[in-house]
Amino acid sequence: MSKSTQTPDTEDHTARLVAVGRNADLEAFEGLFRHFGPKIRAYMMKRSADRHLAEELMQETMMTVWNKADQFDPARGAASSWIFTIARNARVDAYRKSGRPAFDPSDPAFVPDGIMAADTMMEMDQEAGRLREAMGSLPPEQVELLKLSFYEEASHSMIAERLNLPIGTVKSRIRLAFSKLRDALGERS
Amino acid sequence: MTIHHHISDELMLEYASGSLEEGWSIAVATHMALCPECRRRLSQMEAAAGLLVEAIEAAPASAQDNASWAALRQRLGKPSSRGNVEPRPAVLPEGRNVPEPLRSYLGGSLDTVKWRALGLGAYHHPIRTSDAATTVRLLRIPAGKPVPEHGHRGRELTLVLCGAFRDENGLFGVGDFEETDAEVEHQPIAEPGEDCICLAVTDAPLKFRSRIVRIIQPLLGI
Ligand SMILES: [Zn+2]
Repeated sequence: MSKSTQTPDTEDHTARLVAVGRNADLEAFEGLFRHFGPKIRAYMMKRSADRHLAEELMQETMMTVWNKADQFDPARGAASSWIFTIARNARVDAYRKSGRPAFDPSDPAFVPDGIMAADTMMEMDQEAGRLREAMGSLPPEQVELLKLSFYEEASHSMIAERLNLPIGTVKSRIRLAFSKLRDALGERS
Repeated sequence: MTIHHHISDELMLEYASGSLEEGWSIAVATHMALCPECRRRLSQMEAAAGLLVEAIEAAPASAQDNASWAALRQRLGKPSSRGNVEPRPAVLPEGRNVPEPLRSYLGGSLDTVKWRALGLGAYHHPIRTSDAATTVRLLRIPAGKPVPEHGHRGRELTLVLCGAFRDENGLFGVGDFEETDAEVEHQPIAEPGEDCICLAVTDAPLKFRSRIVRIIQPLLGI
């Protein structure tokens, strides 16, 4: 993490994504593609070494980014977070026929966020920076767990086997990592 | 609705990373639809994942990237989904409802569920999924009555949809989420007042301990 956590250009990508959403800005989109495309291809390769499929899933992800950029809300998170969810869903859809059951915010039975939303929005840019810092200061063994989970979709038992750890240790490291991240964001956990 | 029992970090991480199979995900995502607090934790996890994807050291810009951009650029039309967000029928079925994604699996409200007797006054309704590794169903426990005691071979997720139950881990009301693991035996008892309806997801057929239920279990196919 250390090097990349210092990269201060998150705001640029978020601004680019907003420009794509508002004006279908092709130049901004190319900037996003040059930055995220190779990383998403590498993310796809972590699940399967099939280069051709990785390229296809990356293109599909970026196509969705182009088509749905108007749904991106910078008050709710950074571009990297939103693009991750699109890449993850593309990968899950490619490997599992049932896809990934998800809640639907436009569902009338959905319980919307409370009044805290206004506060949350003000803090959003601060929050991205704090999270970045906190990720950089997590102990390496906790970062490794998060990488195995997010990059490879490894289950807890797979991680336990791979790292030769009891499954209870894997779970408590996960809890520890997220309670540190939440602390850094100033939340009780 | 005040929710007291939430999704653990471990389970939420599996959902956030995409590794959680369909059956478990139905319970997790339906709780999230009811719980802004868990959605906030989920978005923090996704933010962490976004940073990790950004941290991937991809190969330096190459001819492949140029070819790849050229190919994608050709396909870019006018952004296709803009302005025509599909109109969604914002009408819920009659009766007591559950949110998505569970509602589509049920195909209706809780009042149109076709219940099958489980014995001892309890009922269930199996939910079909394409995930063979889990059993997903609704359970209906009569007010004030226990669920037949059961042990698990693995994980069990329970989401309360109606009424409430109490067990060794506390009181679970509407929206509350319980995760139990291998070797745990618990004795849920529905609170008096109204029947308790839960979504229950398990990874192995429940092994009911009550003698009567054990005898009829093969007949009921549970
Ligand atoms: Zn919750």
